[in-house]
Amino acid sequence: MQGIEVLFMGNNMLRLLDGLWVTLRLSLISIGLSLVIGIFVGAFMLVKNPVVKAICRVYIEIVRIMPQLVWLFIIFFGITKLTGINLNGETAAVIMLTIWGASEVGDLVRAAFSAIPKHQFESGLSLGLKKVQLYAYIIFPQAIRGLVPDIINLSTRMIKTTALVSLIGVTEVLKVGKQIIDANRFEYPNAALWVYAAIFMMYFLICFPLSLLSRKLTKKRGE
Amino acid sequence: MTMTEQTEHIIEINHLVKRFGDNVILNDLTLNVSKGEVVVLIGPSGCGKSTLLRCLNGLEPIQGGSVTLHGEPVEHGKPSLYNVRQKIGMVFQSYDLFPHMTVLKNITLSPLKVQNRSKEEVTEKAMELLKRVGLEDKANSYPSELSGGQKQRVAIVRSLIMNPDIMLLDEITAALDPEMVHEVLNVVLGLADSGTTMMIVTHEMAFAEAVADRIIFLDGGVIVEEGAPAEFFHHPKTERAQRFLKTFTYSR
Repeated sequence: MQGIEVLFMGNNMLRLLDGLWVTLRLSLISIGLSLVIGIFVGAFMLVKNPVVKAICRVYIEIVRIMPQLVWLFIIFFGITKLTGINLNGETAAVIMLTIWGASEVGDLVRAAFSAIPKHQFESGLSLGLKKVQLYAYIIFPQAIRGLVPDIINLSTRMIKTTALVSLIGVTEVLKVGKQIIDANRFEYPNAALWVYAAIFMMYFLICFPLSLLSRKLTKKRGE
Repeated sequence: MTMTEQTEHIIEINHLVKRFGDNVILNDLTLNVSKGEVVVLIGPSGCGKSTLLRCLNGLEPIQGGSVTLHGEPVEHGKPSLYNVRQKIGMVFQSYDLFPHMTVLKNITLSPLKVQNRSKEEVTEKAMELLKRVGLEDKANSYPSELSGGQKQRVAIVRSLIMNPDIMLLDEITAALDPEMVHEVLNVVLGLADSGTTMMIVTHEMAFAEAVADRIIFLDGGVIVEEGAPAEFFHHPKTERAQRFLKTFTYSR
């Protein structure tokens, strides 16, 4: 009686891969939305207006100090309680991940632009470049080089955080694994080890290449 | 260099006032630079030398007076500034090459995009200038692969290729090792020989004496003394200049 057999029984492997697809889908949608919204948050943070800046700062800090799980529960249960609108689990998950991701992207965008020395602007201007040219040729390329590795790192963190959404009943890969384990609890008591190992490998195969890519890009940036 | 009335003024500074808040940096300063002239600004730190150069390039708003280049006003924040700046080359202490571009790209960016010159002509000119400063083999290197002195020479070339009417050099050797100071200043001496109009802020007194046609000694935002280098360095007239120059000599 080996637990590993559980993985290949019936359509268990397919179900796990289905779950993995849910994980990936949630991650990709959330990362995409976070990037779009986060760029605006970052742009607002670079605005000189102190009120706009303060609002962004408060948003980022509040999102940061609260565990993502709390946000997930607030959105999934809280909104329903307050408004009666019944969000499905995946929607709530995407909202939570996006609120969090956008705040992180916003802060990364702000940091990437603030890290460009003032003299880069001045030497560009003193060469006669117009504002648009200055940003297009000098500022944006440098900011993006700084940003890409950090965004990739954030993406791996977001992928891992999707595991939380199993707690509001979304059947992503971890939830599927649990179902398989529970169904085989008596015949294969050590199935948990193998199922979780398989899930670990799945996360690893997605996140590790991203992590390598980010490291490579960081090195390149060091120039 | 003669300073007769007939010589063409490249830059005219009239009653320039620059304040940061209540702090007066430049106080009613008037100064002209003629074509082909090399003017060296010296003075204690905080005397306004660098701020003056920045005002000449419109990097700082001014609170009074005017700066003109060939009669065209240099005004911070005005659209006309973009045209005026093409005629003013400026090199900073921190070189500020663009780290994501090769040396050649750094040099050719502005002539290609701002002046819309042809790629062949600009590349050829860039290589010629790089050769002149001894860096033709570095055209395809990135700034991170260069030493400080090499970076600064590239920064000089990057300004020169725009064919500016005047070069402003703001303490361009302050961040360099002594040996690199030498290689950079030799390039500047070469420019002076070929008739480039320059305004130079420096703390290298021996270099100032060698390169300058005229020394301007600034303190407290005003011109305290000006004159030919030999006269200024060996027979300073004002007590303030004498005191300043004493800080460069040692005895026990």
